[in-house]
Amino acid sequence: MGVMKRVTMVFRAKANKALDRMEDPRETLDYSYQTQLELLQKVRRGVADVATSRKRVELQLNQLQQSSDKLDRQARDSLAAGREDLAREALTRKAGVQSQLGDLQEQYASLQSEEEKLTQASQRLQAKVDAFRTRKETIKATYTAAEAQTRINEAFTGISEEMGDVGMAIQRAEDKTAQMKARAGAIDELMASGALDDMVSGPHDDIQAELDRMGATGGVDHELERMKAELAQSAPRQIEGSQAGTSDGASAQPASAASAPDPAQAGDPE
Amino acid sequence: MIVRILGEGQLEVPESEVAGLNQLDATLESAVERGDEASFRPALAALLAKVREVGSPTEAGDLRPSELIIPQPDATMDEVRKMLTDDGLIPG
Repeated sequence: MGVMKRVTMVFRAKANKALDRMEDPRETLDYSYQTQLELLQKVRRGVADVATSRKRVELQLNQLQQSSDKLDRQARDSLAAGREDLAREALTRKAGVQSQLGDLQEQYASLQSEEEKLTQASQRLQAKVDAFRTRKETIKATYTAAEAQTRINEAFTGISEEMGDVGMAIQRAEDKTAQMKARAGAIDELMASGALDDMVSGPHDDIQAELDRMGATGGVDHELERMKAELAQSAPRQIEGSQAGTSDGASAQPASAASAPDPAQAGDPE
Repeated sequence: MIVRILGEGQLEVPESEVAGLNQLDATLESAVERGDEASFRPALAALLAKVREVGSPTEAGDLRPSELIIPQPDATMDEVRKMLTDDGLIPG
């Protein structure tokens, strides 16, 4: 018979069962209209719920992105300070955060699409409910109960199909939102426990601590190294240019004499 | 003929296209009956693509019921199977 026909029959059976329960066909119209309005409310709440979930995930995405950026900076700072071991640790942690980010971005996209679908479903249902209200008044004003039966049946079956469809869409969105909530809760817990954010900003941020320590004490050594390297680079040019400039270099940076020996200086004891 | 894509709305499809749709639907149905996940997804995608190609959306306030209903694009085989037997999937 085909999937399409069988699904349609299931929808129709639902509508027919509801129709059979009604004594006066015109009563059906008012009752159904009430149910439609309730469903509209439910869809709107659904849209709001999905949006709330989406915003929460958005916040977490931002937090994780900040963590990733910070780890990246720390890796660079570590490398600049000649600490490849620290840089490697920072990059390893960054990779962990990135993988969480990728996961969350997928979920975010899925929530966004769910929100869009529900919003459109809500608009479709609204249009049908408006049409149904008009039809309902016309039928009640124009026909006797017996005459109205066929028209009522058609309108009812049509709107009932839409309601069934929208109802399933809400169910799907609720399921996805529930999954997301559980997931977002798990990430919040991870962050609260320090497993995620402590790596970079908490009290146990050992990479930053090491960098800070190096900034306070080791930074001097690092600065010296840097200056030595600069001197080593500029020294040959000075020899080529003018021999007289050598004594300036010696007085400005005595500590560098050993590692950046200047042949001209050594040969000139004053 | 009016065809509904679940989650998307209704389309008016010319009668001349119904035979083609039924053929694609038969492929889908046999995939579901066999529990053949590998051919289920392409079969559903092909049916949906065809309906979108030959159908045009109905008016927003059209209250006519559909003659054919197609599961939503991301429906799992399990969901489709439940839809065929009314396993409490359709609310109301």
